[in-house]
Amino acid sequence: MRKISLDKLDLLFSEIAKSAKLYLPVDTDNGAKYDVWEDGKKLSDALNTVRSAKDFFFPQTENLMDFKMSGKNIEIIDTRSECEDFVVFGVRACDVKSFEILDRVFLADPVDTFYKNRREHGVIISMACNKPAETCFCKTFGIDASEPCGDIATWKTDDALFLDAKTEKGEKLLSALEKITEAAKDADAEPQKALIKERLARLPLAELETSAFGNGKTNELFNAPEWKDLSESCLGCGTCTFVCPTCQCYDIKDFNTGNGVKRFRCWDSCMYSEFTRMAHGNNRLSQLERFRQRFMHKLVYYPTNNDGLFSCVGCGRCINKCPINMNIVKVMKKLGGKKNG
Amino acid sequence: MVDMKDPHIPVVGVVTDIRIDTPDVKTFRVVTPDGKKAFEHKPGQCAMLSIPGVGEAMFSITSSPTNTEFMEFSIKKCGCVTEWLHSMEVGQQITIRGPYGNAFPVDTAFVGKDMLFIAGGIGLAPLRSVINYCRHYRDRYGKIDIVYGSRSMEDLVDYKEIIEEWSNDAGVNVHLTIDREQPEWTGHVGFVPNYVKELGFTTDKIAILCGPPIMIKFTLAGLQEIGFDKTQVYTTMELRMKCGVGKCGRCNIGAKYVCKDGPVFRCDEVDELPDEY
Amino acid sequence: MQEITRDVLVNKASELMSAGTVDRVLGWMRGEFDYDITPAVFSTEEELKNNFVWNDFCGANFSKYLIRETQKSENKVLVFLKPCDTYSFNQLLTEHRFDREKVYAVGIPCNGMVDMTEIKKANEAIKAIEESGDSIVVKTLYDGDVTLDRADVLLERCKNCKSKKHVAYDELIGDDGEIIESARFDEVAKLEKMTADERYAFWQNELSRCIRCNACRDICPACTCEKCVFDNPNSGVENKAPADSFEEKMFHIIRAFHVAGRCTDCGECSRVCPQGIPLHLLNRKFISDINEFYGEYQAGSEVGNRAPIVNYTTEDLEPGEAVGRGGIDA
Repeated sequence: MRKISLDKLDLLFSEIAKSAKLYLPVDTDNGAKYDVWEDGKKLSDALNTVRSAKDFFFPQTENLMDFKMSGKNIEIIDTRSECEDFVVFGVRACDVKSFEILDRVFLADPVDTFYKNRREHGVIISMACNKPAETCFCKTFGIDASEPCGDIATWKTDDALFLDAKTEKGEKLLSALEKITEAAKDADAEPQKALIKERLARLPLAELETSAFGNGKTNELFNAPEWKDLSESCLGCGTCTFVCPTCQCYDIKDFNTGNGVKRFRCWDSCMYSEFTRMAHGNNRLSQLERFRQRFMHKLVYYPTNNDGLFSCVGCGRCINKCPINMNIVKVMKKLGGKKNG
Repeated sequence: MVDMKDPHIPVVGVVTDIRIDTPDVKTFRVVTPDGKKAFEHKPGQCAMLSIPGVGEAMFSITSSPTNTEFMEFSIKKCGCVTEWLHSMEVGQQITIRGPYGNAFPVDTAFVGKDMLFIAGGIGLAPLRSVINYCRHYRDRYGKIDIVYGSRSMEDLVDYKEIIEEWSNDAGVNVHLTIDREQPEWTGHVGFVPNYVKELGFTTDKIAILCGPPIMIKFTLAGLQEIGFDKTQVYTTMELRMKCGVGKCGRCNIGAKYVCKDGPVFRCDEVDELPDEY
Repeated sequence: MQEITRDVLVNKASELMSAGTVDRVLGWMRGEFDYDITPAVFSTEEELKNNFVWNDFCGANFSKYLIRETQKSENKVLVFLKPCDTYSFNQLLTEHRFDREKVYAVGIPCNGMVDMTEIKKANEAIKAIEESGDSIVVKTLYDGDVTLDRADVLLERCKNCKSKKHVAYDELIGDDGEIIESARFDEVAKLEKMTADERYAFWQNELSRCIRCNACRDICPACTCEKCVFDNPNSGVENKAPADSFEEKMFHIIRAFHVAGRCTDCGECSRVCPQGIPLHLLNRKFISDINEFYGEYQAGSEVGNRAPIVNYTTEDLEPGEAVGRGGIDA
């Protein structure tokens, strides 16, 4: 474990930024967002960014390839290039966990090279949550916000930042920072961890649990009458999907530039009416079906295919952003039997 | 890293032959620009074809893997991409990627069995690959029955091949039907599900169903009535797809992705899926 | 602070339900916290008693829900309408979007709704929120209680409330208010004073945050097309992330044009935008122009009134004159 005094944070950032592009949460008029660090940019104190950190690896829109057409001929142009190294500082434990969930989709055979490229070149510096919010329920999904994962984990106390390398990538970066950091004992960060643990245990949603969901629960939950009330006022917008760190559905579209065709992918939402529309029909015609799909995917289908891992990290963004305040917590409480009552 | 093959990036294919099958079905022959097959596949698997600027869509590969020279796709005109494909001329390049999905268990569960193929309309497309595979390795399978129906005589896909090749094979029985009477038609008239019941097959077979969902539903019920178990019946599914590799998230029924875990399902497996098809 | 308590509304709804006037109620359902309130259809008195809520966070405008809700049953549905909601209600009736006979509208007074996003900008980890006179007490998990001036944390549309008067109802609870001379066009005036480049930069900055979630369209009571052009995959402007920023801007501009003259300035678009884009300013600019070019006009002020831009008169402004009358850089 290393440490650096908080008044030297700028030094830490400038040192990291020497070798790679550094992103960190900064405050804006509309909440915190990740931005490129440059001299003068301050680390936000906000618990989390409005948009999730998935954008780093799975951006809202990205070009997949280009085509040149001439007569009857097509030329496929591979536009991929090696991603530059980058570092993301201040990622919360929930968002770090979301990368594992995305990895299981994008890195599964056949590997999505666009995602892998960014993943391999990104270093994640996580930060423990000193002030977990009322909307946090990461604990429900086995995440400990006092012990975040990532390549380097950090803890912020009143006067210092503790840094602990968790992976080879992290060790490499941390050893490059040895000049400006000082050695610390693991025990030095313990009081902060204990404080966070105690806070996590007292959160309003601390008791939310998952036993009603997961592998094998499809038939039991799919036809549950509760979906009707839950989905009744859903607008069918994509807010929840787009702020969600684990939602990863996408569309592939072609864009005619007038000088060839760009094939790009962009986020899509299972909440949208056209999501499953084919030339000859649509198998999810009602918002109930679309709404159910989103939550069944997170709570049943994904875990069925991924060793019981749920596709939710309890970050609470959907609680904050849904226009009608419907969210996974309400779904889990309504469908989750007495325990979540 | 970026030298790695990415599943989204296709290769170029050339359309070397276009056969008009029915008023709305054409069969396209596709090879790479150097005249080879784009990739090998198993019967039942699919490929993504696209016209840049128009779109990309999933089609079952109609030709048998035993065809060493080219791949074929029988495609019905019903949307943007298919309309464009139908307007193409020979020599047009398209893009192709695959193969996608599972396949019919031709080398395991089907071996040594009598086969009953039941198709309706364009539903013959995915079956043609299996039928020709079974015909190629004729001695691996028992008796073959093919029940195929369409709206009219003109709507029977691969009619020439059915009459000139399939019907002439030893141990292959072809039963054709059309929905309504036609002056020049001397064969059976009636819907596929009823015809299957009339034909009254013995139940020691593997049945493969492919066609519109309503046909599958009634034919399956009919087969069960005459004693078939759902574990003997296979079918294929079709949903909207974009990536073809189980990532983009739209072709799932329950925890199964049709592009990756399908399109071939055994009917007892379909029962385990939530009712969303 | 709301003058009308939750119990008054629950009792009114229960009364109308047991009298058989209505068989269900469109109301606000309590959430996990004081502020995460969901629009809901209550069909029993028990549900009303347990889950109905009326507090500072009942911003949701139910008018649009009536389109769907009135198609579900032949029986009447009760809807609670705040003054500004009644303008959307009338506008939807003007456009024949739902059957008035199937609705029992109860007007309720409103002191303005609180903007949770605004509260959360400065306060995190909120345990509870209580009203106390003109103040809001935010009880936090770690930083004790914070008292805020209620007026400072109202939704933008409430800070600039245009009317405390209900323009439609079957029954009114409490006293009706007045139409207010609000400062709602001040922000528009600021935009108009900008140079074209400044204004472009302003919108560039705002709209660059758009994630195309479509929440603005989906909540908008003026967006009631059975099939939206943006849901058409062949439109080239589908409901997805855009191919380029041009497309991104076009979405909002096309939408603003489409609702021009029909937008009542209910402010739901800005209330629900997850990215905090002041979308209402686009619509309000149109309202301000319509007022200036055709005379004062408030969409939804009465059922059946003809919006100036769909109602030709010989006194109408000649297109050329608009250039000289402000709003457009000559």
